[in-house]
Amino acid sequence: MNTREPERLTIPPDGRADAEQPHWRQDFPVDWPDDTYVSRRDFVKFLVLTSLAFTSGQFVVLVRNLLRQRATPPAQALARLDALPIGGSLVFSYPSPLDKRVLVRLDERTLVAYGQSCTHLSCPVIARPADGQLHCPCHEGAFDLATGRPIAGPPRRPLPLVTLDVRDGMIYATGVEERTV
Amino acid sequence: MPAASQMEFFIDPSRCIGCNACVQACSECDTHKGYSMIQLDYIDRATSTQTAPVVCMHCDSPTCAEVCPADAIKRTSDGVVQSARKPRCIACNNCVLACPFGVPKMNTQMNLMMKCDMCYDRTSVGKKPMCASVCPSQALFFGTRAEIEQLRPRSQPINTFRFGAQTITTKVNMMVPRYATIPLIDVTAAPRERAVAQPADDDMLLSAMYS
Repeated sequence: MNTREPERLTIPPDGRADAEQPHWRQDFPVDWPDDTYVSRRDFVKFLVLTSLAFTSGQFVVLVRNLLRQRATPPAQALARLDALPIGGSLVFSYPSPLDKRVLVRLDERTLVAYGQSCTHLSCPVIARPADGQLHCPCHEGAFDLATGRPIAGPPRRPLPLVTLDVRDGMIYATGVEERTV
Repeated sequence: MPAASQMEFFIDPSRCIGCNACVQACSECDTHKGYSMIQLDYIDRATSTQTAPVVCMHCDSPTCAEVCPADAIKRTSDGVVQSARKPRCIACNNCVLACPFGVPKMNTQMNLMMKCDMCYDRTSVGKKPMCASVCPSQALFFGTRAEIEQLRPRSQPINTFRFGAQTITTKVNMMVPRYATIPLIDVTAAPRERAVAQPADDDMLLSAMYS
């Protein structure tokens, strides 16, 4: 009569115990129940449930975005106006230390400031006032320095705009305008 | 997966009449995709009409699965070694060359190793395999051990084979005479054994191969 255990059917050729077997025998078992064979149905289940999780995640992001507090952050002094030459740029954090911004002086009276994270994959953008561009070196993206809108490369959304104010020769950041188009 | 049942496969080559019914029936099994997975061997075609059916013996340590580099050959929980998994099989022929019984067949059109899977769609629900259901002399018998003992009182099943240094125990049983007190069937030694009616030395092919 068949006296073998039903679960552990296959006997290794050397007949030694499972603990003495090399590791690859556990990774590549001959017995079907021990094998992690992914059936088509399991794979489709995985695809559907993962897609569902991503889709519902979009709604979570949407709801959190709607519930977010949109108070204007307090103004922050950045630099003295005469300390920033024409064509010069300055990286600062506003409003939180994690929000890196870049301030560029275009001419005598024009100052612009944008978020420094590229809207493609969040690489820091570099101001190139001579070209009139903000350049992202990661994927050769480019933004218009005057408006912060994308003009070349993978980014499709404009950089966030930091509103500025100059009082008594001092540059202040007064707010952030998140833009999608 | 169905649990191991009491039904076992018994082969008695001495009862085989060479009618080829099993070969035809095998190709009609749904799991074989129209191909016959059974082999009818002629023992000594020049001098004898004796044939022997060869089905997969479903080894406890399947050599085909041991040598498979793609991890494609699996054994289900009821001890049946299945055909290669189609998504994994790379048609390398390792199993075909390694199997001591010569069971796996390479389907080059499908790039897939196919072998006797004991008609898995039938035996997993308690039916007989196609070959055993048609065999007129019941050289291929599928049933319980009590049945075979009652039907064949002069035979005993044996499921240990030796191929050179390799000893194999199988799920499928081979019927040998009851008075034979052998613990195993030494397959590779058999061609060198002196035949009853015909000296083995007379067979030039065999003596060249095994001397």
